Amino acid sequence: MTIERPDRAHRNPAPRQDNLDPALFGQTPSQTVGPFFHYGLPWKGGADLVGNSDMGARTDLFPPEHYKLNLNPQHALPLGEVIEIAGRVLDGEGAPVPDAMIEIWQANAAGRYASLVDDRTDLPLDPNFIGFGRSATDAGGVWRFKTIRPGPVPGPGNSPQASHIAISVLGRGLLKRLATRLYFADGQGNDLDPILNLVPAERRHTLIATRQDDGVWWLDIVLQGPGETVFFDL
Amino acid sequence: MSLIVPFRDPDAGTPPSRVEDYRSTLLRSPHHRPLAVPQTLSEVTGPADCWDRLMGPALSDLTTQHAGPPIGQRIIVSGRVIDDSGRPVPNTVMEIWQTNAAGRYVHIRDQWDAPLDPNFTGAGRVITDAEGRYRFITVRPGAYPWGNHQNAWRPAHIHLSLLGPAFATRLVTQLYFPDDPLIEIDPIANAVPMPYRQRLVCRFDIATTEPHWALGYLFDIVLKGQDQTPFEDDDHDH
Repeated sequence: MTIERPDRAHRNPAPRQDNLDPALFGQTPSQTVGPFFHYGLPWKGGADLVGNSDMGARTDLFPPEHYKLNLNPQHALPLGEVIEIAGRVLDGEGAPVPDAMIEIWQANAAGRYASLVDDRTDLPLDPNFIGFGRSATDAGGVWRFKTIRPGPVPGPGNSPQASHIAISVLGRGLLKRLATRLYFADGQGNDLDPILNLVPAERRHTLIATRQDDGVWWLDIVLQGPGETVFFDL
Repeated sequence: MSLIVPFRDPDAGTPPSRVEDYRSTLLRSPHHRPLAVPQTLSEVTGPADCWDRLMGPALSDLTTQHAGPPIGQRIIVSGRVIDDSGRPVPNTVMEIWQTNAAGRYVHIRDQWDAPLDPNFTGAGRVITDAEGRYRFITVRPGAYPWGNHQNAWRPAHIHLSLLGPAFATRLVTQLYFPDDPLIEIDPIANAVPMPYRQRLVCRFDIATTEPHWALGYLFDIVLKGQDQTPFEDDDHDH
């Protein structure tokens, strides 16, 4: 007579309501980045899509031996007009948000995205330009990128969209990413842009950067209250 | 011309922007509802096949970044990145950050009375394979106090950041551990309505566990999918 022994080496605890429960299958819920993301996300050079500076990181917030992120690899100058975009992130009382992070995604100078989905092979890719960037806000709540002014891209039904940069806002107190856009005050076709035209006229200005005397394109991102930035449902 | 196939809307597990119990949301959550606009080429595209060039090489073992091994329970975290149709998301980046085993971040703004570990940073990065699989080695993070309310403690968690295939699929989340009593009383975890909160709890798995070496946990990440892939329908793209 043989005694059945449980296969102890392979025995799992009974399944419970958790990540792998088939009854719960669906999109993984979003959670905040919290206040301590600076040694994990914004790398040196993440905010410099043009040159090889350390822009974007906050290495003042952790000891140097704990910098494990990318050391911005050297790359040559991308094609197009070099611009600087910047602004503050402000809360519902107008106070700067020093623990937020901004990400940008944009087309190159020719209006082509460095993405497999953008199959418009008639437009050139730029080997020196990916178009993704990341900047932690500084102690004054300011984010800043050096990049290339993007070319126009097609919109719904192939109506053209004016030159714009897609923006994600993340931070402590933000349970999910806020998605918005940056347009340029002198942008050709802003008045015909299919997305801008869906924004109530009195709020459109919250998406349009203005050029300062020093040449920087400035756009404050207001999370809440008067002058609240238009965020998109994504 | 590129075919625009929009990504799905957020599902019922999505937290609201404002959660009374999580105080930092009160002044940072927009008053306006997000504006519904059609997804365009800008939203359905995203960086791809460029991770080393963009962010540097992968960091899949968080226990070998310093002179010696970190203190704490060594664990393996493994799983798949898939979309909400169950399709794998291959070659996508996942960034990782967490406390050390004592519940302390290597961040100057984290000054609570728990030890730092000179052998542990807590930052990592992995790229999914062709089936969407990933795997990283770390130590189990600790719980820590925070200022949200009197005697508030965050359950042990690992922060995970994913770009996915497109601007529309950006996701930052937190992985929690089974049988942690703090989850039930945590305002951030509970921003996600039940039962969906439990999607954030990983599963202990004996098959992922390595004898005499490390406990294994499974955690799948599910991103927004599309009703069809852009490449399936090229013939109808006029």
